[in-house]
Amino acid sequence: MNEFLRSDVMIAFAVMTAVTVASRLGGYWLMGYVNVTPRVRRMLDALPGSIIVAAALPVAVNGGAVVMFAILAAMAVTIIRRNDFIAVITGMAVAAAARAAGFGG
Amino acid sequence: MPHTKINKTPAYWSRQAILPGIVAIGPMLPGTLAFGMAFGALCAQKHFSLAEVQVMMATVYGGLSQFVAVQSWPDHLTPSSIATLALLTLTVNIRFMLMSATLRPWFGTLPPWQAYPAMLLVTDGGWLAAMRYRDHGGADASFYVGGGIVLYFVWLFSAIPGFLLAEQLTDPRKYGVDLVMPAFYAAMLVPAWKGPRRAIPWVVSGVVALLVHYALPGWWFIIAGALSGAISAGLMDEPVPPAPAEVAA
Repeated sequence: MNEFLRSDVMIAFAVMTAVTVASRLGGYWLMGYVNVTPRVRRMLDALPGSIIVAAALPVAVNGGAVVMFAILAAMAVTIIRRNDFIAVITGMAVAAAARAAGFGG
Repeated sequence: MPHTKINKTPAYWSRQAILPGIVAIGPMLPGTLAFGMAFGALCAQKHFSLAEVQVMMATVYGGLSQFVAVQSWPDHLTPSSIATLALLTLTVNIRFMLMSATLRPWFGTLPPWQAYPAMLLVTDGGWLAAMRYRDHGGADASFYVGGGIVLYFVWLFSAIPGFLLAEQLTDPRKYGVDLVMPAFYAAMLVPAWKGPRRAIPWVVSGVVALLVHYALPGWWFIIAGALSGAISAGLMDEPVPPAPAEVAA
């Protein structure tokens, strides 16, 4: 029933791509007009942690006990082992195991 | 530690950093694959063709935004429903703008024809790995681009098995796939910890993100929280070492 490439879908993808490319290039372009003063430097330095917290915290709170517990497990593993790979696998495994054991969320 | 050491080494290209760059994004590959598979399964359920899925993987290249868009894909595409999809994509992906902004002090010394294509490879994982490398004194642009290209191709093909196995993957949550991004984020936050003072912007970011999340529909909370965190860091003074006289008193 599907056509190979529907033209209206392609238009939607093109618009979504344009928005995303503009975001990726826009920040770099704008920073060309900003003087990197110590203040701006502090703002840039704070961005990685701020983006992480802003993106993950509402998702964690929304996800309920299982998601929060899995994230805490991933952080605990990172503190002990400093290995991103084991942390991600731990987070997934804890959530999968908790759900298999019948915990919702 | 009153001042953080600022890495001002200009960007350069060399072959030495390609492999370390790929190794640095290695931990993300299984999660990216799982996320892409879950996305492929979702697309199959939403009656996209595999060719369409591949076009989307190659062009939009923003996992979370693709997931969110396909989940709310309208039955009939009209100019207004396409505009809604574009706005949704923007709210999820505008964080890339902040990320590429932080790469300017590093990549700014490269000619534009090299720097701008590199910005097309900005992703959460690739950017975080590059920032950590830069924090440790790195300046080789090949580190970021090498890892970014590998991540792109893993993502590009990750949806195919999910699309073909859609019946088996109807509930990706059963395998904890929804934890890939949050767990990876959590793992990146731990080494970024540089004392409670440097974490104040994180708290501001988290509080604002939660408030916006409950107050506004959609995904504005990411950019609102991230910007608030950065602005609060800008408003804070440079930490001043305690004056000896005060300590004595």
